[in-house]
Amino acid sequence: MSAGAAVRVRRAVDGVRWYLREVTGESRWEAYLARCERDGVEPMTRREYERHRTDLREHNPQSRCC
Amino acid sequence: MSTTTEVSPQPGRPTPSSPRPGARSVVLWSAVALVGAVCWAVLALSRGEDVSALWMLFAALCSYAIAYRFYARFIARRVLEVDDTRATPAERLDNGVDFEVTDRRVLFGHHFAAIAGAGPLVGPVLAAQMGYLPGTIWIIVGVILAGAVQDMVVLFFSVRRDGKSLGQMVREEIGVVGGIAALIAVFAIMIIILAVLALVVVNALAESPWGVFSIGLTIPIALFMGFYLRYLRPGRVLEVTAIGVVLLLLAIVAGGWVDGSALADDLTLSKETLVICLVVYGFVASVLPVWMLLTPRDYLSTFMKVGVIALLAVGLVIAAPTIQAEAVTSFATDGDGPVFAGKVFPFVFITIACGALSGFHALISSGTTPKLLAKESQVRMIGYGGMLMESFVAISALIAAVVIDQGLYYSMNAPAGATGGTVESAAEFVASLGFTITPDQLAAAAAAVEEESLISRTGGAPTLAFGLSQVFSEAFGGGLQAFWYHFAIMFEALFILTAVDAGTRVGRFMLQDTVGNVWKRFGDTSWTVGTWIASAVVVGAWGSMLYVGVTDPLGGINQLFPLFGIANQLLAAIALTLCVTLLIKHGKLRWAWVPGIPLAWDLIVTMTASWQKVFSDNPAIGYFAQADRYREARDAGDVLAPATDASQMDQVVFNSTLNGVLQAAFALLVLVVVANAVVIWVRAARAGGLPTTEVPHTPSRVVAPADFFATAEEKEAMRAWEESHGAETVGGRR
Repeated sequence: MSAGAAVRVRRAVDGVRWYLREVTGESRWEAYLARCERDGVEPMTRREYERHRTDLREHNPQSRCC
Repeated sequence: MSTTTEVSPQPGRPTPSSPRPGARSVVLWSAVALVGAVCWAVLALSRGEDVSALWMLFAALCSYAIAYRFYARFIARRVLEVDDTRATPAERLDNGVDFEVTDRRVLFGHHFAAIAGAGPLVGPVLAAQMGYLPGTIWIIVGVILAGAVQDMVVLFFSVRRDGKSLGQMVREEIGVVGGIAALIAVFAIMIIILAVLALVVVNALAESPWGVFSIGLTIPIALFMGFYLRYLRPGRVLEVTAIGVVLLLLAIVAGGWVDGSALADDLTLSKETLVICLVVYGFVASVLPVWMLLTPRDYLSTFMKVGVIALLAVGLVIAAPTIQAEAVTSFATDGDGPVFAGKVFPFVFITIACGALSGFHALISSGTTPKLLAKESQVRMIGYGGMLMESFVAISALIAAVVIDQGLYYSMNAPAGATGGTVESAAEFVASLGFTITPDQLAAAAAAVEEESLISRTGGAPTLAFGLSQVFSEAFGGGLQAFWYHFAIMFEALFILTAVDAGTRVGRFMLQDTVGNVWKRFGDTSWTVGTWIASAVVVGAWGSMLYVGVTDPLGGINQLFPLFGIANQLLAAIALTLCVTLLIKHGKLRWAWVPGIPLAWDLIVTMTASWQKVFSDNPAIGYFAQADRYREARDAGDVLAPATDASQMDQVVFNSTLNGVLQAAFALLVLVVVANAVVIWVRAARAGGLPTTEVPHTPSRVVAPADFFATAEEKEAMRAWEESHGAETVGGRR
């Protein structure tokens, strides 16, 4: 495989990975950490953070269509 | 992702007037138009010769491309006048919870996962009894002029109103009477939809130990994922989903072992038992915390959904199957089809709801999605584009149904009362319709997918699964037809169950919210007693409809599916009425035809269908005529086939009357909304516009591309904007 093709494959894989992490909300944690750092606040633990997120979903149900 | 910034080198400019299209663009779009036209011509003109299913696929794709490029753009620019200098609710009200600027491609994924479900898979399969042409035309033309327009316009108006729900907008923009009617209609329609979807699952799993075993295992798999995410490794969604998908595939394979073992008898469940299981499951799932069951199941079903659709598209292109169905069958003109009664007009247009026009989408397009949209111009990509994708799913499902042997299709989809339930009687019945299939062929088809029998496996899901298994095993080889069949059943059942979970929960919240206006305590969603009561009411409502469908001697699907389709299309009528109202109130009377034409068509279709279902004196079509016929026979002491005793006669009378009353009630509710709206139309048209609840213009600071692929200018604007405030990215990738 030429170097150019390898770079393209690499970029595609990165893109898919980025997309999946965004769609599933997995990358929210890093975004939260970055925000805390910028605002100079002590972040909560990942466990607390994810629990907080799921508890919000509890009262915000989203319909799934037919 | 916070988005405010003081310096903004490139605040979202109003969309610049487009320069003259370049020569390359002209050539490209002419080519797309030409290919599309050739595909349509082949489909329309071929009679009695072999037609490849790829013509259908490419007619669809070319039509979508042109509609998206030209019509959707016209609606965005001229009709709605999307304005990217305006901050969207996601930007203005960003709270990191429900309002949040989201990357357009991520939002597209979320929106599509929310709108697409079993509907576009089931409806086209049933409508295949009319032949391949009516369904193909309606799915493609319908989505372009009606379904995608509805989704996009509702999304836009909700964005301009801080993400208000359909019901709220109807109340505030049309009137209290219309608002209340819409609220009742939304709730009732949701119950019917849940009942019919559950009926599809019951019909697919009844007498199928393989299916019951694999679907049953999804519950412990989802619970495992839930606990994993909660306690073992919080937040690692991708990792746990990968584990879940592997377990799911193992569950399907293991189902095959169970099928041949001693366990098989214990897992061969009757439809009645499955109803009880589903009702209990629905209740438990809606009161359990979401992290335990609903959220992990949602991850699984979304991944399976997208995976199967992609696989199907690839499989179809590789296998390039030949269409077995006629272009237009005699059932279309005579209205005496065994799958569902009635002529092509109006019934094909209500049988195929999702995929062409689905009112339910208006509930997603108002409410959740508008609160996440980065830029107004993205309504085209999310609203119109998302619906085109669903339509593509519907076309694929239609293809799967028309490429299987049509004798088999009718044996599977005619109710048991007609086929007699055995391969011999089914072959005879199919011969009476003018198709040939031998009992041996029917037995061989069932053996190929390792099912006891395929006779009268109504509901659409088994037929689709059979079609998919045929396409996949042709395309990918390996003699895995039985695996693919159960894979397809599993994937349908999985996301129907997700829809049932989520729908029950949404219904429960709606009920608690509504009753909460009168009885405050009930509105508190964290009050356990209230939650349990509301859940029980919602589950009880769809559960009893489901029971009615399952035990119906006339066959539940052909009785209930029209009710479901009409209900969904009536909801679309409410949504389109709102769109017309808002355009006129905004002083855009001259563009009111954009949602106005689909509204008029939808009203003609649904009202004709409702009228026929209520007033037709043909007992195969009219619910009341049917009830009368069975009542008279019962009173005379007779038993009419397919009922086998007096109690079944009573059941037919009761079911048909209930369905008739519901049908009439839905139609009346919609007429109330439309009548209320017409008053506003006249008033607004005379005044040249009326004030609306649109929020005032607030300048936007976010920069984000409008479409799937950013243009060079957009990329440059994004780059400049990102440089101006560090590494933080909004609405795009780094």
